[in-house]
Amino acid sequence: MNRVLRIAGGVAFAAAAVALVLVLPHWLSDAKAAEFARAGCFFIAIIGLNLVTGYTGQISLGHGALMAVGAYTTAILTADHGLRDLWTIPLAGLVAMAAGFALGLPARRLSGLYLALATFAFAVAMPALLKRFSGLTGGSQGINLFDEALSRSTGALGHVHLAGWTLATNDFLYYLTWGIGLVLSGAAWLLVRGRLGRAFRAVRDSEVAAASSGINISFYKTLAFAISGFYAGVGGSLFVLVSNWFVSPSTFTFDKSLLLVVGAVVGGLGSLAGMALGALFIQFVPTWAANLSSAPGAPSVFFGTAIVLVMILLPGGLGGFLLKLTEPLTRRLYTRSE
Amino acid sequence: MALLSVEHVTKRFGGVVAVEDVSLGVESGQIAGLIGPNGAGKTTLFNLITGLYRPDSGEIAFEGETLLRTPPHRIVRRGVARTFQNVELFPTMTVLENVLVGRHSRGERPASELLGELGLDAVAQRRTGSLPFGTMKRVELARALASGPRLLLLDEPAGGLGHEEVDELGALISRIRSSFDLTVLLVEHHMNLVMGVADRVHVLDFGRKIAEGPPAEVQRNPVVIEAYLGSERPQHATA
Ligand SMILES: Nc1ncnc2c1ncn2[C@@H]1O[C@H](COP(=O)(O)OP(=O)(O)OP(=O)(O)O)[C@@H](O)[C@H]1O
Ligand SMILES: [Mg+2]
Repeated sequence: MNRVLRIAGGVAFAAAAVALVLVLPHWLSDAKAAEFARAGCFFIAIIGLNLVTGYTGQISLGHGALMAVGAYTTAILTADHGLRDLWTIPLAGLVAMAAGFALGLPARRLSGLYLALATFAFAVAMPALLKRFSGLTGGSQGINLFDEALSRSTGALGHVHLAGWTLATNDFLYYLTWGIGLVLSGAAWLLVRGRLGRAFRAVRDSEVAAASSGINISFYKTLAFAISGFYAGVGGSLFVLVSNWFVSPSTFTFDKSLLLVVGAVVGGLGSLAGMALGALFIQFVPTWAANLSSAPGAPSVFFGTAIVLVMILLPGGLGGFLLKLTEPLTRRLYTRSE
Repeated sequence: MALLSVEHVTKRFGGVVAVEDVSLGVESGQIAGLIGPNGAGKTTLFNLITGLYRPDSGEIAFEGETLLRTPPHRIVRRGVARTFQNVELFPTMTVLENVLVGRHSRGERPASELLGELGLDAVAQRRTGSLPFGTMKRVELARALASGPRLLLLDEPAGGLGHEEVDELGALISRIRSSFDLTVLLVEHHMNLVMGVADRVHVLDFGRKIAEGPPAEVQRNPVVIEAYLGSERPQHATA
């Protein structure tokens, strides 16, 4: 009974989330819809980071670079190989999944600060790597699909026609990113509540106990990084579309990786619902901070202060806060069933 | 043939020889006691059997085949499960989830049956991080049983228990031995418990094995009494 109610609660929550995502554009200006679409890309990448850091307990400062892998997969396949941008999204996920697997290999031997350093090195090296292989990546110029593959860039001309509907491009991108985000967060939810999620959390809670319960620690760490890479890759792929079909090495410098960590921590590690809030935080708070004062350095100080405030006032992150708000309701549901 | 055989095993940590040339065999179906003063090397021996440490020399075999080339998670799958002296649970997970993780490898018993067997029904949905120590120990036992072991290693299961609870634990260990068809290797400082349930007792002191035999005989062995009198826990030799 308890279980049925919990699942019903999950379904109700999912339905509410879908409804919210569906109606939101009615109140958004075109420019705001574009910003929300950008937040949707972060949302997807942060879900992935959360699987590694929140659930499996492995720190990664390299997820911005995994986004870059997804982004360049989409840009290269669309520009040079004649694919429509939308079809490259799952492929970008798969290529970044392979990169995530590779990034996860050091986690077999390293932990804590050492793992942070190894993933940090990957993030720092990525822009240089992209410039180095300029034949493939266009070097520091990057790849501009708007110029190179306009006909295969969905919506680049201003509107998208879809089954009799006409959508403004930014609304389309908004629905695309958050639609994929919802589907992928649903998939993540299913993943973490079963056997796989228990194995992830076991590794996070106690490696000794996990190994002594028959869990192959190296395998699950690498698997977490690989799945996580898929999410980051899809987020990166969509990021090309929402950045006017343009990507360059400076799109994915180290601060993107750091921003994702901020989003995951502010959203509340280990909670999936909080990831959307974390994504909105890293999308909008820096802009608000910039509007408060334009004195040199001031926006960064405001952004930093906002992070610190969330961490002090809401130790479970925004997601934890959300959970606390809804707890009286859910507890009533549970106790009634007993 | 012994279900578990440890032969001439030595393990050093820097200058400390934690386990030195220890040999012992545990027969199928036995409850074997492993006793010795603090620092004698009992936990280290458990860590060697379960693959968390590798011996510097010697051989450890289970069902006649070596365990030394098997990683810890596969040793569980081969049928060796354990509990920990200082409790190693998954603190953010519920009692039920802890037991479900135990079933990860190949356990066949439903988790609910195990919770019932160990009297954990009432706390099934509680997070283990907030439970009393004695209850945590029982959750660990349930989790170990969930993997469907043939050999169960218990490291001071009576730690933190009161007198009556220790008696209950003794009965519980005998009961699960028959209902789960187990062989048990038991590390314990509570002599009453060990002498009450063990078929055979092995004694370590300063990493070396100093005695082995039926409980009553070991209890009278002057070498064993001497080892305990020389340590800071003399009360247990006579208890
Ligand atoms: N990982 C380690 N590194 C260094 N020394 C260790 C390690 N593990 C154990 N030792 C040392 O090995 C010796 C045996 O320790 P062990 O924990 O096996 O004893 P024990 O018999 O379990 O004692 P107790 O009854 O106190 O639990 C001790 O001297 C201990 O300090
Ligand atoms: Mg010990």
